Amino acid sequence: MINLIKKYSRFLPHKFCPGCGNGIILNCFMRAIDQLDIDPNSYLCVSGIGCSSWIPSPYLNLDTFHTVHGRAIAYATGAKVANKKLNVIVFTGDGDGAGIGGNHLIHAARRNINLTVFLINNYIYGMTGGQMAPTTPKNSITSTSVFGSPERPFDLCDLVKSAGATYIARWSVFQPRQLIKSMKEAILHKGFAFIEILSPCPTEFGRRNQLSIKDYLSLFDPKSSREKNKFKTPFGILVKKKSPEFCDILDQIKKIASKKGDI
Amino acid sequence: MLPGKYLVLGDIACAEGAIYAGCKLFAGYPITPATEIAEYLSRRLPEVGGDFLQMEDEIASSAAIIGASWAGVKAMTATSGPGFSLMQENISYAYHTETPIVIVNVQRSGPSTGQATYPAQQEFYQSRYGAHGDYESIVLCPSSVQETFDMTIRSFNLSEQYRIPVILLMDGAIGHMREKLVIPNPKNLNIIRRVYMDDNYTENGLVLPMGKFGSGQKLLITGSAHEISGKRNYTPKVHQSTIKRICSKIQANNDIIEIESFNLDDANTIIISYGVSARPSYGAMLNLRKKGVKIGFIRLKTIWPFPDTLLRNLINNNVHSIFVVEMNNGMAVREVSRVIKNAQVFSISVLGGIIPKIKYITKKVEEIIYD
Ligand code: SF4
Repeated sequence: MINLIKKYSRFLPHKFCPGCGNGIILNCFMRAIDQLDIDPNSYLCVSGIGCSSWIPSPYLNLDTFHTVHGRAIAYATGAKVANKKLNVIVFTGDGDGAGIGGNHLIHAARRNINLTVFLINNYIYGMTGGQMAPTTPKNSITSTSVFGSPERPFDLCDLVKSAGATYIARWSVFQPRQLIKSMKEAILHKGFAFIEILSPCPTEFGRRNQLSIKDYLSLFDPKSSREKNKFKTPFGILVKKKSPEFCDILDQIKKIASKKGDI
Repeated sequence: MLPGKYLVLGDIACAEGAIYAGCKLFAGYPITPATEIAEYLSRRLPEVGGDFLQMEDEIASSAAIIGASWAGVKAMTATSGPGFSLMQENISYAYHTETPIVIVNVQRSGPSTGQATYPAQQEFYQSRYGAHGDYESIVLCPSSVQETFDMTIRSFNLSEQYRIPVILLMDGAIGHMREKLVIPNPKNLNIIRRVYMDDNYTENGLVLPMGKFGSGQKLLITGSAHEISGKRNYTPKVHQSTIKRICSKIQANNDIIEIESFNLDDANTIIISYGVSARPSYGAMLNLRKKGVKIGFIRLKTIWPFPDTLLRNLINNNVHSIFVVEMNNGMAVREVSRVIKNAQVFSISVLGGIIPKIKYITKKVEEIIYD
């Protein structure tokens, strides 16, 4: 671990709350890229705004691009198309990636652009102090739903599936081995790869909804039946298929068009 | 297009200017009257090895070009008022991260959907103050199709030279006007290339060399207050020095500002205008000259930074009246009033998506000077 930290981090310790899952995700990501035979200089980690956007920036000693709220995938799209050799990884949260940035998420999935998106779902807006998110389970208590959330949550894996993502997986931070393996697959996958990572937010979600880390463990237990599992989330690799990738198509267009170029 | 003479739309001149400036990525979203720029570049960019992206909205378009710029390519987007409003948060990010990009706003009559296909000049202030936070802006305003081509290239050059988003403020009339365009031999064009961190890296100047993703520089790019290295730093001292620097790199360079003037020597009356309304304003000046009025004309080519010093130097004490002609409810007139204290400043404002006629401007000037 010390070696990994030396190799891949520029600032530590991180500032995440005790019990937050974000540190585990940072750890898993460092392990995943360490196990892959890819030039670290080719990674570009893009994030938006929110607790999960701090996983790569400032902690990872790679090119990191901490952008504005909700737009990480759009920034990533421009960078990837401009330099197709980059391995572009987006770290986003449920508020960032599915609330304010939901439009970019579905369109990037639709294009099947070769991006890897790790969406960390903690069911709440953590950084701003615990407001209701588009993933907050119905009737949960948040600082903007003290009577219980009146809204139905998104199933994000279903959402990106119908939008056309070609690699989709869901894990919780309590499944680090599976997560590391899946992160590697997602990075190597040619096309839009999406992993929803369920993560406890003891400070904002757990506290308000009386969930200890132990409760989170049973909530995120992949073995518990879907009925018992309050969040009704199937884990594992949900989609893995081949489909023409967007940047490749752009390159083909260039080939056809360049035959008539005049400067 | 090869070097030569053409008869084209202003929007096409803009798109072709981008190609000659070395633009390799355009991201945009359809909107009248800027759509022709996207349409044209969607087939033109791949011919020269570039990429065209039709994004899901203008927010994504502006985000994508910032991403592309950091990945090492010159990038542009084009829109009109509603889309320009949507882009403001990302434009603010570009100011703070000092990202060279070009944003074209082909202005149409607002507010809101307004008169979507009609020209206007209502983003005079939005192009300067639309994004949140403190910064200085560069905004160029063409008055002809040829100038649109030239100024698109200049926009890219200035954006690279000063590491700043440059706004090319066109209007629906210039964008949809068909006029002669002469494309010069590329050898005669001055194209500024980006200075990267590895060529001549110093941390002393006002404009810092830029990094590039994927080249092992382990860049830390953030919109949060940061040190030059990119490291987050919220201390008053660090943020003050960043803001002072990103403002003074523009304020300290007078070569950014360009204006054009006619018949000022003996003038006691001056018309000032910019963009498409500068054309009939020039005509009105000639008209009034024929009638014996000692009148001159100033055309603003760079509207931001506003040419305070240049105007003060050009407008001497004999001038008693200044008329500012513009297609909004009176915006540049406020700046002229701020700058020029010893003449009376009048607004000739035209609303409703129309271009003022020579006759109209002439009459308005006469009404006041013969009053
Ligand atoms: S607020 Fe929640 S998500 Fe944010 S760092 Fe704390 S525990 Fe983690």
